[in-house]
Amino acid sequence: MSTLLPDFAEMARALRAGKVSSRELTGDCLARIKRHDSSLNSFISVYPEQALAAADAADKAIAAGSAGPLTGIPMAHKDIFCAEGTRTTVGSKMLDNFVAPYDSRVVSGLAAAGMVSVGKTNMDEFAMGSSNETSYFGPVKNPWDLQRSPGGSSGGSAAAVAAGLVPAATGTDTGGSIRQPAALTGLTGLKPTYGRVSRYGMVAFASSLDQAGTLTRSASDAALMLGAMAGFDDRDSTCANVPVPDYSATLNDSLQGKTIGVPKEFFDDGLEAGCAQAVQDSIKEYQKLGAVIKEVSLPNLAMSVPVYYIVAPAECSSNLSRFDGVRFGYRTESTGDLADMYTRTRSEAFGVEVKRRIMTGAYVLSAGYYDAYYLQAQKVRQLISDDLSRCFAEVDVIMGPTTPTPAFKLGEKMNDPVQMYLNDIYTIAANLAGLPAISIPCGFSQNLPVGLQLIGTQFAEGLLLNCAHQYQQATDWHLRTPSISGGVA
Amino acid sequence: MSLSKQDIDHIARLARLEVAPQEKGDYVEKLSQIIELVEQLGAVDTTGVVPMAHPLDMVQRLRPDSVTEADQRDYLQQNARDTENGLYTVPKVIE
Repeated sequence: MSTLLPDFAEMARALRAGKVSSRELTGDCLARIKRHDSSLNSFISVYPEQALAAADAADKAIAAGSAGPLTGIPMAHKDIFCAEGTRTTVGSKMLDNFVAPYDSRVVSGLAAAGMVSVGKTNMDEFAMGSSNETSYFGPVKNPWDLQRSPGGSSGGSAAAVAAGLVPAATGTDTGGSIRQPAALTGLTGLKPTYGRVSRYGMVAFASSLDQAGTLTRSASDAALMLGAMAGFDDRDSTCANVPVPDYSATLNDSLQGKTIGVPKEFFDDGLEAGCAQAVQDSIKEYQKLGAVIKEVSLPNLAMSVPVYYIVAPAECSSNLSRFDGVRFGYRTESTGDLADMYTRTRSEAFGVEVKRRIMTGAYVLSAGYYDAYYLQAQKVRQLISDDLSRCFAEVDVIMGPTTPTPAFKLGEKMNDPVQMYLNDIYTIAANLAGLPAISIPCGFSQNLPVGLQLIGTQFAEGLLLNCAHQYQQATDWHLRTPSISGGVA
Repeated sequence: MSLSKQDIDHIARLARLEVAPQEKGDYVEKLSQIIELVEQLGAVDTTGVVPMAHPLDMVQRLRPDSVTEADQRDYLQQNARDTENGLYTVPKVIE
């Protein structure tokens, strides 16, 4: 009998009723990873002993009556979150040998809530990529079609959850790295407001955009996980000191009279017909739930990709300058002077896409170009943020597609970085403005999952989860699973 | 704008990276495409727009300048390739 149950609430009920133990749930995940991950490549590290020890501790807490709603539920972390005493690679040769000396806030928060981490998932190198093909540990396969990409950069987390290897995983989202893989694998992917979740212990890519979030089967699962991840942390200087509401408490609020803004720019020529149809149909479903639909406009949306590809590489070139082979990480074997050591270490250990982004960043920040590129990008970033604020003066939530197409074939875009970057056209604006956004499954195109994206105002995660949950009560797209999962849920 | 091989060398040097001669053509092509993409921003009228450095309207939080961490030097240096007497070692800088 499979012990994988459809959501956290049912798992918690089964655990409390003694129908299943956390050791059994965890053991089942470990067995499924062993059986299926050779074809998916979704994990970089698996920790059976530590996971089973944590599961036993959870079982004790359940027996003692001190368990919370997440106690004993297995999960996996994207390999960007430091977990004390374990390897944290960020999908890079640079950190292949790095053992994290402390826990990130995300790891300690979910452990304190009783969740059982079974291992670390594969990802694009330093979270730079939209297909998981830039990982030093090889590409991840999409469980819906092994010829296709699960998206990226949180592709390992997405593939692992979609294939039923674990019920949930963490991810990070700098330009769409949670929402895009969630859309391409049929999952619920939440990127919270910038600053909602502490970045302490999360390897930095672009510090004004990076945010941690969740990949789950449902909005109600995401609500529980976010509650354990969010909150003030003085070890992250940009973590917001804003109270964390009970996200589960508002899931069942009525959507009667809520206004949904649909930006016309989200339905441009680049949107594949099957995706457009699924998204339009899902917005009609919201009308049935009592919401009012209103067309809005984001006139500067097309500029979000160019803004992102200045701001993110600029911040990346600065953040990744710390990798010099001295204090941690890879160091070249070749001999030479100090400058040679730095240059060879970096050249040997960074992959091609990471080097391209560091060099793009170094270029746009270099003498004579700063005003034309970086300063202008910051100004257009403000214009995009103003467009969104204007929309939110009239509507409660913005909705549209998460991605322009369903999952693309592995190798299809690898030789054309600009085509790869344009895949993030609908997701980047929320990062630039620091807004929360969620992708939920809303149908299929070419037999592949399609994602509906919801964007809210800062700290409106509760409303987004409410809207997502109400849709998931009325539809069953989120319950569809690929055949590899063996009919989980 | 199209970048030249000399531009690639210059940028690589700024970034402490080395581009092998046989890879240089690819970097010229791909980075030129990326620069072309981002140059679209030049056409946007941003007169009077204040640059947005950060998504949250916040000021830098300060804390009292007091010691909050215990000494963990030996523990943290386990991740270094090479240390000596508690110091990180690097190739000789001064002859």
